[in-house]
Amino acid sequence: MMIRSKPDEDEYWNSSKFKAFTFDDEDDDFTRLKESKRAVNSIRSLVEEEDEEDDVEKVSWSGEPVGSISWSVKETESSIRSTGEVRDQSFPKIHTAPSLPKNSSGYSLSSLFKGKAKTGNFQSFSESFGDPSIRNYAPELRKPKSEYKDYVSDWTPEETVKRMQQGKVYSLEKFHSLQDKLLLLDEAVNAHDGNVITAVLIYLKKSLSKEILFRELITREIALRHYIHYLKEIGEQKLLVELFKSLDRTEDMALMQYRDHLNIRDENKRRDFLKNCLSLPFSPDDATHVQDHYTLLERQIIIEANDKQVESSGQADIFKKYPRKASILNMPIITTLYYSCFYHYGESDGTFSSPANIRKTFRISDKQFLLTCLGARAKLKAWFDVDALFTTKNWLGYTKKRSPIGFHRIVDILQKNNAPVQVLQDYVNLVEDAEQKISLAQKYKCHDVIINTYRDLKDRQQLIVYRGKVERGSSEYRKIEEILSNSQIRWKN
Amino acid sequence: MSAHLSYGRVNLNILREAARKELREFLDKCGGSKAIVWDEYLTGPFGLIAQYSLLKEHEVEKMFTLKGGRLPAADVKNIIFFVRPRLELMDIIAENVISEDKMHSPRDFHMLFVPRRSMLCEQRLKEQGVLGSFINIDEYILDLIPYDGDLLSMESEGAFRECYLESDQTSLYHTAKGLMTLQALYGTIPQIFGKGECARHVANMMLRMKREFAGSQTQILPVFDSLLLLDRNVDLLTPLATQLTYEGLIDEVYGITNGYVKLPPEKFSAQKKQGEAGKDLPTEPKKMQLNSAEELYAEIRDKNFNGVGAALSKKAKIISAAFEERHSAKTVGEIKQFVSQLPHMQAARSSLANHTSIAELIKDITTSEAFFDNLTVEQEFMTGVDTDKVNTYIEDCIAQKDPLIKILRLVCMQSVCNNGLKQKLLDYYKREILQTYGYEHMLTLNNLEKTGLLKPQTSTRNNYPTIRKTLKLWMEDANEQNPNDISYVYSGYAPLSIRLTQVLARPGWRSIEEVLKMLPGPHFEERQQLPAGLHKKRQQGENRTTLVFFLGGVTYAEIAALRFLSQMEDGGTEYIIATTKLINGTSWIKSLMDRPEAQAS
Repeated sequence: MMIRSKPDEDEYWNSSKFKAFTFDDEDDDFTRLKESKRAVNSIRSLVEEEDEEDDVEKVSWSGEPVGSISWSVKETESSIRSTGEVRDQSFPKIHTAPSLPKNSSGYSLSSLFKGKAKTGNFQSFSESFGDPSIRNYAPELRKPKSEYKDYVSDWTPEETVKRMQQGKVYSLEKFHSLQDKLLLLDEAVNAHDGNVITAVLIYLKKSLSKEILFRELITREIALRHYIHYLKEIGEQKLLVELFKSLDRTEDMALMQYRDHLNIRDENKRRDFLKNCLSLPFSPDDATHVQDHYTLLERQIIIEANDKQVESSGQADIFKKYPRKASILNMPIITTLYYSCFYHYGESDGTFSSPANIRKTFRISDKQFLLTCLGARAKLKAWFDVDALFTTKNWLGYTKKRSPIGFHRIVDILQKNNAPVQVLQDYVNLVEDAEQKISLAQKYKCHDVIINTYRDLKDRQQLIVYRGKVERGSSEYRKIEEILSNSQIRWKN
Repeated sequence: MSAHLSYGRVNLNILREAARKELREFLDKCGGSKAIVWDEYLTGPFGLIAQYSLLKEHEVEKMFTLKGGRLPAADVKNIIFFVRPRLELMDIIAENVISEDKMHSPRDFHMLFVPRRSMLCEQRLKEQGVLGSFINIDEYILDLIPYDGDLLSMESEGAFRECYLESDQTSLYHTAKGLMTLQALYGTIPQIFGKGECARHVANMMLRMKREFAGSQTQILPVFDSLLLLDRNVDLLTPLATQLTYEGLIDEVYGITNGYVKLPPEKFSAQKKQGEAGKDLPTEPKKMQLNSAEELYAEIRDKNFNGVGAALSKKAKIISAAFEERHSAKTVGEIKQFVSQLPHMQAARSSLANHTSIAELIKDITTSEAFFDNLTVEQEFMTGVDTDKVNTYIEDCIAQKDPLIKILRLVCMQSVCNNGLKQKLLDYYKREILQTYGYEHMLTLNNLEKTGLLKPQTSTRNNYPTIRKTLKLWMEDANEQNPNDISYVYSGYAPLSIRLTQVLARPGWRSIEEVLKMLPGPHFEERQQLPAGLHKKRQQGENRTTLVFFLGGVTYAEIAALRFLSQMEDGGTEYIIATTKLINGTSWIKSLMDRPEAQAS
């Protein structure tokens, strides 16, 4: 395994050696696991029959303990399906009186905090939302009369909030003046109960103009957060945008609007939407990204339409030989570049679909460009193109291979794309570090590289060892023999 | 099912029993036969409280998962919806109720919100015109669920996102409520320590609630000596690191949800019945429950994975030896005794078989080159090597289009270990990510920046090395087999959160004032008055019990480290752990992504 060597800058860490997480003694630990496995197996025969009964808990094969809730949900559901049970439509409609809630006698978790035992715990919304129709069912049915009759009473903000928290009947309508409403809101915030805060905010949203509400919320950070969350939840995008504007949180607003593109399926609509986003007040960085996003989709739409047509008309060989598996729409830019290198290699810089144009427009780094291009051309086994990627000419006209990425990685990529040994060994040879070169060559069976490297290192011993590894009489074998018998070489060992 | 909850220092079964009682009371309110319609997400957490048998005893005859359209037929008097307070669920319920009315059905509707009723949801039901159809709307306060003998979780997935990204403090309110419940059952906790904004907030709410219920003081001898509230954002580093304990790795690789893990079935099928192997290979994943009720699991869960092989083989020898005893059993009495022990031995055997298989699965991963490389980079970052440069491994991973979450974990880790990245470096990573994975991930990157996981360096001074040195976050030669320090859980890295906990117990936070100031949020100490006569008289040498509450999530490796501290002979403190959610780096980052599922179509 390769060890990363890093320059030690911080003196403190000069001493640290990185212990990677491997088993210190591989064999030893492996045998240990095997040991326990063997032990398990050896005792199996003895207990085979009772195998299924030994667990306290019964487990269905999916592993769900039999009788667990999630298992039972499936069970009862499937039993209905299998028996095809049909509800008797003529079943007489009986209105059974709802059973009255029992007063819980012992302690229950919630009653510990509610100051008293829970009763019906039913709450009317009619007051807060002003819909008399709901009143029909709620207080009459569920509330003891004594509690019901005083809901018109004059509760203070504090009492009201407490009642709300306790799930009792309450009324918000009587908080008429702005001052009363704000007192109520502050009281709700003080109670820290998000549910109550939201309920109060819903009431304020209904009964106050948004300008006033926004103005008051600016100085009430917690209430404001809940309000934003509430608007997000109910999808009041427009109001939220206005709120962010008035708060001067323009970047948040821009991002939030941008986010909406995810909900648009149609590519043309999505593109137009992104175009509209361009004018939003993003941070400079994000503005660039959104611009790129828009440009990308715009081009993808053009490329997709064109290629679809070319493919179906059967004009281009490349599409016949490698039919497109998916549309390029909404793919990331690197994927798009790969696609371009695959289907549109060699096109002139002027076309939208050419790799060079994409590279320039989207400011793709040299490394990324090379890797993507290499992947695509190697996939097509276009070894000549691969070669050209690395070839540079110096001023004397000599060619030389260069790469912004270590050649060992290039070798890995080529190998993953099933490059033949002849191609591979060219690149293995370009690896500078001799040790790395040999280990790569061994991994990919590039005999020539190994033999030549040992020869250049004048390492006779290694060469003899390697001779033992290759097939007797093969060309590699003969080559080693030849070198070993070469009296010109001054071996170091 | 729940015996393991009462083995610990604090009997958490009391909490479970209280929750069950509450559930029974609710069910009895809806007299007659019933069907429960489940918000599927809730079946997991409820499974930790009750089995189907409990529901059945209270006339629950059918159970369905919540789906749109018409409710399945079931001849019951009551239909009860068990749901989280979510608007989208309200719409589905409304659909159910409306289609039901058309059939002139006599069934009664009830609603149970878990963990709290929500006025927002009720308003939505009203808008849909179905609120009036409910006879009863109630809430089931499932704040702290006993997860194991020393572990409580609120199982609230969104808590970190809500608190640190959306600044929505509702989950903190639930936390405070949950802690009040706990104090009602286990007595007032005399000392409260905390670090972080949210911790401060929760403590304030607790103190306020206590004042409000001053009259109903519980006369219970306090079980807990102190409470430590810790904000997750005080230690953003730990969850990003790959956990290296057995349980931590199971979670990293397969993900543990509500105490269950789903595993690839291949390794388990062979051991079923050798004769039939290959006949019908199961394709469904094998689901296993993981908790300390299983003796072997309790023994190995918190070990560094490098110590698991040895532990398993030791266990194998013991079990083999026990089975061998049948040969030496000569007299009827001896045979009888052997037979009486068989069930226990068989359970141990099957447990050993399962964990051997799991260990093999995990080992395949930990010995892979990819795992090694990733871990090497993590360790470089944690020790402060080259955190200010472009990391070639991250670059390579992006070029190979490795999963985005893996990339984000690493980049965030580099940022945290460098107290922010230089603007140029940050821009470079961002561009690479957006180009490779899509521009829409801009939203996710923004979220990570808002939570501080990813940030531009604002000052030239990187204070991480100071924190690391003062708190000894990196330990050379961590002993994985026989640990002597908590750093064994990450093979060298000692989780910051747990170091803070450790230092608090001894010698106290005063010794690290400087570091505490570098970490975000205030640190504080509060005292709660105990009623006269309830002051605990500590026996000589008796350990203190501390409840550590992680606001925003905790990892299994951190739990393992706390258990290690509890077990230290001269530790002097035993820990009970509570959290909003059990997390790992992947689930955590995922919770911060903007619609991770909304990939380009």
